[in-house]
Amino acid sequence: MQRSFVARNPSVLIFLACLGLFVLGVTVLSEAVGNGFLSTSFVKTLGKTLCLALIAVAMDLVWGYTGILSLGHFAFFGLGGYMIGMWLMYERTRDIVATSLAEAPIPATVTEIQEAIATQIFGVVGSNEFPLVWSFADSLVIQLILVVAVPGLLALVFGWLAFRARVTGVYLSILTQAMTLALALYLFQNDSGLRGNNGLSGLQNLPGLDDVPQALVSLWFFWASAAALGLGYLLAAWVVSGKFGSVIRGIRDNEARVRFLGYQVEVYKLVIFAGTAMISGIAGALYYPQAGIINPAEIAPIASIYLAVWVAIGGRGRLYGAVIGAIFVTLFSSLFTGGQVPDVNLGFYTVKWVDWWLIVLGLSFVLVTLYAPKGIGGLFDLIAHRTHPDRHGAPLGPDMGALQEKEAQE
Amino acid sequence: MSSTRLLEVSGVSVSFDGFRAINNLSFTMPSHGLRAIIGPNGAGKTTFMDIVTGKTKPDDGRITWGEKNISLRGMSEARIAREGIGRKFQKPTVFEDQTVHQNLLMAQRNKRGPLAVLFYRAGGKDLDRVNELAATIGLTDELARKSGELSHGQKQWLEIGMLLAQEPRLLLVDEPAAGMTLAERERTTALLVEAAKTRAVVVVEHDMDFVRRLNCRVTVLHEGSVLAEGSLDHVTSNQQVIDVYLGR
Repeated sequence: MQRSFVARNPSVLIFLACLGLFVLGVTVLSEAVGNGFLSTSFVKTLGKTLCLALIAVAMDLVWGYTGILSLGHFAFFGLGGYMIGMWLMYERTRDIVATSLAEAPIPATVTEIQEAIATQIFGVVGSNEFPLVWSFADSLVIQLILVVAVPGLLALVFGWLAFRARVTGVYLSILTQAMTLALALYLFQNDSGLRGNNGLSGLQNLPGLDDVPQALVSLWFFWASAAALGLGYLLAAWVVSGKFGSVIRGIRDNEARVRFLGYQVEVYKLVIFAGTAMISGIAGALYYPQAGIINPAEIAPIASIYLAVWVAIGGRGRLYGAVIGAIFVTLFSSLFTGGQVPDVNLGFYTVKWVDWWLIVLGLSFVLVTLYAPKGIGGLFDLIAHRTHPDRHGAPLGPDMGALQEKEAQE
Repeated sequence: MSSTRLLEVSGVSVSFDGFRAINNLSFTMPSHGLRAIIGPNGAGKTTFMDIVTGKTKPDDGRITWGEKNISLRGMSEARIAREGIGRKFQKPTVFEDQTVHQNLLMAQRNKRGPLAVLFYRAGGKDLDRVNELAATIGLTDELARKSGELSHGQKQWLEIGMLLAQEPRLLLVDEPAAGMTLAERERTTALLVEAAKTRAVVVVEHDMDFVRRLNCRVTVLHEGSVLAEGSLDHVTSNQQVIDVYLGR
């Protein structure tokens, strides 16, 4: 029991190695620094997928390990995106406004520049003033802090109220759905200060770096997403490997027993809930600059349900399972809904995958829940059992390799 | 019984939807020794444990604890556990997905705060203690096994081991012998008698043979209050006890 962290968790090393290889492969095939085999938009898709894998790791911590089926973590993801989006949009608009005003015969005052930026940004919602929430939009440092602080605080307040009242199980899930729905509805309003249903756009452009081609920017974000996923995975693996992991798995399996051992279950749940909310915020802050746009529809209740589906299909209670689930389902989803899979003509009816994908996904969710509760990750147990007897030495190799093959074909 | 009073429950009542599960119950426990609580079904034995461990809030009465006579009423379960009251449930409840070693380590008396636990690394002393406990409960060879794979009796012992790891001053044990073979019962008796040398142990039990084997003072509960108290021979010769419990 005295072995080092890596020795006890060989899957971490395997995961990081696969991730490293994947990043190297994409870099070599990218438009910016490689042979251009992968288009810039595809690099963005891959970068976004890594962000989704990161929030899936967070979801696995909160659901797979602690047993809290949160159906609201996409709210935190979206909030992270909004926080970084505010800075991106503000700075970029200021650059544009400053350039256009510089051509005017009389130099513009600071107030005039501010008003011009406000009109540019909030014209679509019929306003020309900065709402209070934009107070720090000109400071990258503060907005970066808010990326983790806002989701963390919301989770803390929500969790404190819910866990203290000992709301558990499906009731808690419903509450989290209500939270994310309420937040989405609030953001849809024009006077919420975040441009209502227009959301924030143009986030793919980094202020002051107009000369840098998108091909390179996309690669930067891809690297950053991979680094965040690697670090997040490492952190999560470390948290669950020790006594803390024992306690949260205990909470999942028998909350009352943990309480009688003297642990304050509510505090532990709160730490996990708020901690994963912050990880989700970071994932969102990396995702939306790659997506280019964020609007309240992103945090609709269904998004958080998808998150649970990924983790369930990938295999909850194992971190690599969550990553596999997120990558597998999102890539298949973009494959099927992107019209790349030929329709099946049954003679009397043509199966259009764009329409049928959701049904396929729903069916596979039901089938996995019923017949393979360990998910895709459970497959590694079969391999691991044959090669080494202890359960958690499962390699990640085949799937990640398969993924790269798939990319190479596109 | 020269030792000081550890737990005093006085005049405690609790009702569920008008049904008085515990009715003006008074009970004291010294800081060392074994005590058995017997009584027919519905006498309030488990409810009594729920009240002491903070799971059920009493409507009335006082529960005082330790030398400083602090009140346990209104404390959370976790806080009461940290004060030194350990509880074993009727059904063996161990964390089946985790190894025997992890179960024991988690129960071990150490800091319970999330930060302390997050940065906790088992030192030599703690590991020695785990091995020592495993030897006591006879699970040395099973340390690396998942506790879900253990037999029923072994799970019961593991739970007792987890209780001992908590180093509680008072142990509340609910029907430890249920579903055990004769040999297992003997071992369980020995464990409890041994534990009672250094702390207070309260055993709730149905099985008279097992109680006889414990050879200790007995409290008989009936309809939520104490009917009789004394040695087993004393209470079994009590006419009231015979009428409500033994006579059936």
